[in-house]
Amino acid sequence: MIGTLLRIQWTRLRRDRVAQTLTFVVPVVFFSIFALIFGTTGNGKTPSIRLAVVDEDRSAVSKRVLAALGREDGLKLIREAIPRNSAPNTPRVPIDRERATSMVQDGDLAVALIVPKEWGKYFPDFGQEGPEMELLADTSNPVAPQMTFGLLQKVAMGGSPDLMMEKGLKQMESAGSGFELSTKQREQMTTMLQQLRSSAEAADKEAAAGTNAASASVAAEQGGGAINVKKVDVLGAKKTNPAIAFYAAGIAVMFLLFTCTATGGSLLEEAEDGTLERLLSTRLGMTGLLMTKWLYIALVGVVQITVMFVWGALVFGLELWSHLPGFIIMTTVTAAAAGGFGMCLATFCRSRGQLNAISNIVILTMSALGGSMVPRAFMPEGLQKAGLFTFNGWALDGFLKVFWRERPLWELWPQVSVLVALTAVFLWLARRLARRWETV
Amino acid sequence: MTAVLNIRNARKSFGANQALSGASFELRERELLALLGPNGAGKTTLIRAIAGRVRLDDGEIEIFGEKVDEASRRRLLAVVPQELALYGLLTARENLSGFGRLNGVSPEHIRDKVAWALDWTGLADRADEPIGSFSGGMKRRLNLACSVLHEPKILLLDEPTVGVDPQSRENIYDMLGKLRAGGMSLMVTTHHLEEAEARCERIVIIDHGSVVASGTLPELLEKTVGHLRAVTLTLDRPMPNGPAGCESADHGRVWHTKIADVAAELPGLIQRVQAAGCRVENIEVRSPNLQAAFIALTGKALRE
Repeated sequence: MIGTLLRIQWTRLRRDRVAQTLTFVVPVVFFSIFALIFGTTGNGKTPSIRLAVVDEDRSAVSKRVLAALGREDGLKLIREAIPRNSAPNTPRVPIDRERATSMVQDGDLAVALIVPKEWGKYFPDFGQEGPEMELLADTSNPVAPQMTFGLLQKVAMGGSPDLMMEKGLKQMESAGSGFELSTKQREQMTTMLQQLRSSAEAADKEAAAGTNAASASVAAEQGGGAINVKKVDVLGAKKTNPAIAFYAAGIAVMFLLFTCTATGGSLLEEAEDGTLERLLSTRLGMTGLLMTKWLYIALVGVVQITVMFVWGALVFGLELWSHLPGFIIMTTVTAAAAGGFGMCLATFCRSRGQLNAISNIVILTMSALGGSMVPRAFMPEGLQKAGLFTFNGWALDGFLKVFWRERPLWELWPQVSVLVALTAVFLWLARRLARRWETV
Repeated sequence: MTAVLNIRNARKSFGANQALSGASFELRERELLALLGPNGAGKTTLIRAIAGRVRLDDGEIEIFGEKVDEASRRRLLAVVPQELALYGLLTARENLSGFGRLNGVSPEHIRDKVAWALDWTGLADRADEPIGSFSGGMKRRLNLACSVLHEPKILLLDEPTVGVDPQSRENIYDMLGKLRAGGMSLMVTTHHLEEAEARCERIVIIDHGSVVASGTLPELLEKTVGHLRAVTLTLDRPMPNGPAGCESADHGRVWHTKIADVAAELPGLIQRVQAAGCRVENIEVRSPNLQAAFIALTGKALRE
């Protein structure tokens, strides 16, 4: 009996491609996406953080520390950029404090490092006497500032041992503790400092030539606090609950897609139960039917997003009321595009079962790549760009411009344009695909 | 009676499959016409073509003697689909109201029309219940009502009684009778041949995409199996030599024959059996029926 039943179940699975896809393909697809996001590309390296650096000090020390920082695999230093609001082919210029701040605010980068004037003079600043480095951070990416801070301490300790020792001795001598080197000791110390400096410079050259001096960094990882860094939250400092904006937008867009696809699936149900045939025999016509359904789905989407954000505002302190115009714009265009997406997918699929399988794969993939599940800032640069090929990527960017970056409304034009264009494309495709139900 | 619907030489192919190959017939005013045929004969394609949902490759469809545009076709003609094309989460009233409006009933008239339909279908006391809990027969009646609220002149019904009990069938045909009395012309497809035989004035039989016979039941019988009654005699013991013109079965215990006049010919038949020393245990006389004519026209081979 059990054997017969097992055989029947297995035969059904063998003949049901949708079930096979959901059982075997979907998990592998998602495993691959998350492996790409969190495990990079399989080489075991952490994805690089793009760090804008502004060296206002321009001392030998600051240059040396920044050069060491630039050799870290985990960082990619950006020193030049095209001036803001310039044409794309405008020559790049060195980044200054203002440009660095705007780059972080605009979401071009998660972190920027400002080395203030006279910083090198006090390095290593164990006594916290000199000016602090400033780490401008977009705290929507909590990893980037922490990692930059850690790597800064590492290169300070490991990349400049001569400076550290020299400074240490000076501080001991000036502390009035009675400690003073003899002439011979000072000569030996000077020789030793020269050797350390030579060694550090040789490491610099080797690293520059591609052979990283890994040994220099081992001791540094055990230290900390050689560089005083002030973290400046350029976006979320004034927000009551900054992370909520991300989760609200991410989850709202993902579930909007599920809702719209499920609602669009009513078309397939109607085709299967004969209601569609009856509807098409009325005065409505296919275009009228599709447009009515799209309008309904879009309205449901607007209500769904609104309920979610109002809940976020009431319970989690999401700053909805102060961002209402941007919210209305983004919600409208996002729901319209999601409605079009739902109609497109529903008309593409031949059955409700097929729609369920395909929508699960497509929506979860887009949500993963587009940042609904994991902020795109956490992803490797390539995947961040891939996210722009997803519906979620554009919708989320728009919502985050409103709630996180607080950009003026007119700056939403790229997102609004793309979503409106997607709406038109989705509806056009849906209309084409729906021809199969029309007069044959 | 004048023809309200004329189909002439209707042809339609789907790829290599020829669904209609020159079908021609007419539906007359206020009549109930049965469109019969084996599975795959082309009935559904024909109904969809008449409803404007299939574009013919060749042939003509005229309504009231004219080729009408889509708007006129929708106003004059309605289809009751075989599927229960209703919204299960809506109530009977909501389904009627929705489909009535989509079929062009004006907002000021829809209330009265729905009230009429609820009364006509016998669903007035369940009007505000979601139809998910309705029986098959109730849904069938509602399915029918949703197509006629705009008062079309011609109604095409695709298997209107499939899956319902005899009481519901009676009810549905009573409802159709009221529509005819109101001036509507009806065409039904069905596999219940006894229904067609008992209820419909004329019958059209279609096979392989074309009409193989049409007319009243007597006309069809005359064209196919004739008017002879089939007689089966069951005896108490085998009879070695039966009467002339009889065929034996069950080793001479059962005898089949055909007679034109039962009153005149049956007594003589019984006397001949008794004269042979046998006793008649049972006599079965069958009139020629639509089933026999249908099989004679379309054959016994399965079509699917």
